[in-house]
Amino acid sequence: MSKEYDVIIAGAGVVGASIAYGLSGMNRRVLMLDGADTDFRAAKANFGLVWAHGKGVGHAGYQRMSLQAAKDWSVFAQQLSAESGLDIAYQQRGGLNFSLSDDEFINRTKLIDAWHSQTPDLAPSTVMLDRSELLRRFPSLRLGKDVVGASFGELDGHVNPLRLLAALQKTFLQRGGELRNNHKVTSIKQLAGGGFEVSAGNYRARAERVVIAAGLGASSLGSMVGLTVPLVPQRGQILVTERLAPLLPIPASGLRQTAEGTVMIGVTQEDVGYDLATTAEGAARMIRKALRIMPDLAKAKLVRQWACLRVMTPDGNPVYASSVSHAGADIAVCHSGVTLASFHASEYAKALVSGSLPASLGIFHYGRFNVQKTA
Amino acid sequence: MKRKYDVIIIGAGPAGMSAAISLRKLNLSVLVVDEQPAPGGQIWRAVERVASSATGKILGDEYRAGETIALRFRSCGAVYEPDTQVWKIEPGWNVFLKHNGQAEAVYAEQVILATGAQERPAPFPGWTLPGVLTVGAAQILLKTSRQIPSEPVWVVGSGPLPILYMAQLLRAGGKIAGWVDTSPPGGWRKALPWAGAAISDWYEIGKGLTWLHEIRKAGVRRVRGVTSVRALGDGQLEQLEYTQSNGSTVRVNASVVLSHEGVVPSIHITQSLGCKHTWSTQQSCLIPVLDEWGQTSEPGMYVAGDGAGIGGAKVACERGELVAIGVAARARRLDSAVAEQRALPVREKINRLSRLRPMLDALYPPRADILKPSDDTIVCRCEELTAGDIRKATAIALPGPNQLKAFTRAGMGPCQGRQCGYTISNIIAEAQQKPVAEVGFYRVRPPLKPITLAEVASLNTDEG
Amino acid sequence: MFKKLPEPLSSPLTLYIDGQAVEAERGETVAAVLLRQRTLASRTTPVLESPRAPFCMMGVCFDCLAIINGEASIQTCLVTVQDGMHIERQHGRRSVTS
Repeated sequence: MSKEYDVIIAGAGVVGASIAYGLSGMNRRVLMLDGADTDFRAAKANFGLVWAHGKGVGHAGYQRMSLQAAKDWSVFAQQLSAESGLDIAYQQRGGLNFSLSDDEFINRTKLIDAWHSQTPDLAPSTVMLDRSELLRRFPSLRLGKDVVGASFGELDGHVNPLRLLAALQKTFLQRGGELRNNHKVTSIKQLAGGGFEVSAGNYRARAERVVIAAGLGASSLGSMVGLTVPLVPQRGQILVTERLAPLLPIPASGLRQTAEGTVMIGVTQEDVGYDLATTAEGAARMIRKALRIMPDLAKAKLVRQWACLRVMTPDGNPVYASSVSHAGADIAVCHSGVTLASFHASEYAKALVSGSLPASLGIFHYGRFNVQKTA
Repeated sequence: MKRKYDVIIIGAGPAGMSAAISLRKLNLSVLVVDEQPAPGGQIWRAVERVASSATGKILGDEYRAGETIALRFRSCGAVYEPDTQVWKIEPGWNVFLKHNGQAEAVYAEQVILATGAQERPAPFPGWTLPGVLTVGAAQILLKTSRQIPSEPVWVVGSGPLPILYMAQLLRAGGKIAGWVDTSPPGGWRKALPWAGAAISDWYEIGKGLTWLHEIRKAGVRRVRGVTSVRALGDGQLEQLEYTQSNGSTVRVNASVVLSHEGVVPSIHITQSLGCKHTWSTQQSCLIPVLDEWGQTSEPGMYVAGDGAGIGGAKVACERGELVAIGVAARARRLDSAVAEQRALPVREKINRLSRLRPMLDALYPPRADILKPSDDTIVCRCEELTAGDIRKATAIALPGPNQLKAFTRAGMGPCQGRQCGYTISNIIAEAQQKPVAEVGFYRVRPPLKPITLAEVASLNTDEG
Repeated sequence: MFKKLPEPLSSPLTLYIDGQAVEAERGETVAAVLLRQRTLASRTTPVLESPRAPFCMMGVCFDCLAIINGEASIQTCLVTVQDGMHIERQHGRRSVTS
């Protein structure tokens, strides 16, 4: 038994759901197929930062994309919250990245300068704040003695990543989209007359186009339609505390206080394969760093620790590509699905509808990983 | 230097103590940790202090029997560390403890979980009001504080424990305003298949009947045929309301309501380790899958006592002994043929002592409305989410319990599902027309109990 | 609320609950003492500020949390009373900066 759809999206995580949300807003009939309740689901271990500052060092294209996405997030959030009826708790008041020694501060300053000079046509969006300037801007902050200063990105913010996903899925369904959980895509076949037949076990459905947004599962699905994207898992462990009275007015890299009052601390970057175990040693490491920034947190109770696998491409930047051998099949993978949600829901979805990706997205093709340098 | 033991036992109740005593006879090195200040678990809580007091007499022989075990435990040569919490266990096994604000990793070849059971979560509107407690809580107050409700108390529920507690309360001079007996009418018919066991275990049945007799003699008002209850009050319990099957609603004044709908194994640690569990339709709960020695699906990790399935203190002691034999055999400190020989009488005893259990389960199933709470009932106590909130979220593309947790925060509070896991799974089962055994359960994340950041940071991470 | 059985207290000691002196007995838990007060609640929740009191007395409900000698979010059913102990009811989201 099969149905006709305009697009089938493999993967209903934050990347898939943002694309689906965008497509359904352009009156496309969309089916999203997602896996089981206990599958990897990188969307569940996102720290919740909507972040531009420092993204794409050495890759101006990714830098621009991140900056634009951050700029567009406010409108995206408003529309999504209004239509879904869910408060996704988005706040954009800037974000910090703390330096815990003079050397760190100096190096960070150089990095941000270099980062700014990648896009000389854009006004700088990040400033370096020394300790006294930090305390002047955020008088309620009680910083550890090691804090020398921080870089402050004006465009940065944070959101509840779980609510974001719920809102995207809910709105998608409200608009008539179809979402099937426990239907992990097992094969994608090109049909003779055009279009694709997508299978999830015994279930089959047909669509004009297919988008693979299946996180770490995207590699194997991509190879079925001529899209070979190398991906490796990178483990990230996260910690969250009990709900606390307000103490962190804006998010920082690796430390943020949520709208509920809990404080999230993160994140490790471990190459351990497909291992989702958490480690006490990882927790101790992350906590020690957080306590150097905010010693008051020492008394807070840790309530949960969990881990997920980041979807890492060889250079850490996103991959967007349209298949040549299987026209109509696309792949979209990245590890910053939250920040790029505004982009996936609008520009990227529009590009899919138009039938071809703009030239500006060419730099994100996976072919860049096979570039042979000739002398 | 990281401390190392042949075995770490978590829990110093009947099963934990028995396992320690048996293991020590076989000369294995044993560390027993428990978060309570004294041994006894829940059933024998504070037994060393209370057994020979007037309260001990009120509590009865089953309680006082714990004193002898505690004595043997104290002198068996196990290293016993009370006031110690286990917050994480990593394969190896590395057990992360916390005592007096200091975290420590201890290594053990094998681990025995003897963390017992807890009361089945039994949500009803108003159950979070101060003044509503479990029957088990009231019994603990009697044991550890010689404390009883100061006004005539209302008891809502069914099972051996409320009956025992009410008898103990009356002996202590307490007053019972009424008992909403939620056991289904005609339960005796369901229990008939085990009538044979009942007759041969007349001593146990006789005990239960004696308690019932005491309760009846005291003229305790027993209300049956109640379909739902509600606790009412402004910031604190003031009244209990119950609705009967004929539709009539009665309101009574109450300053304390005690609730009980059975006991379920504590699965928190086994879930956190990813051990396999199976759904028991007999006991309406998850039970870890165990081999004939009590070993879980994770090699070297065992469960002894009520955590393996509700059986009571005597069964727990036998299971503790059985697990000890299995652990010693696996550690090659006991020849496997000898182990089998020693295990035989213990297994026989366990079977004999467990004969009545199916009958009790048939007599006292959990009442229907706790599996299908009304929309206004808080089901996740920590996050203050109602059944209605959960039902709304089940509409977003048929989520499982973990996706539902991500959408609503149910299960993200400090109890991590101890008070809400089953309820959420039951609500999903109903909404998705699936048997609850197929729905699944929350993933349980470390720490096993909240621990301060300072305590985690105090961990010595330099050691291998 | 709850009361003790009429035997005299063995080894009585004094605790302070929100500054008020109350009598306790050696070996019992802080939660038990809280349940003998007119106000049973040990806290209000950090979610909706609802009053909560000890419920399970065995450490699996996390409703009996209170501040003991300055340390917040302590399960009072797992703490044995000590002479001179200061207990404060915990309100809403606890602070770490005071």
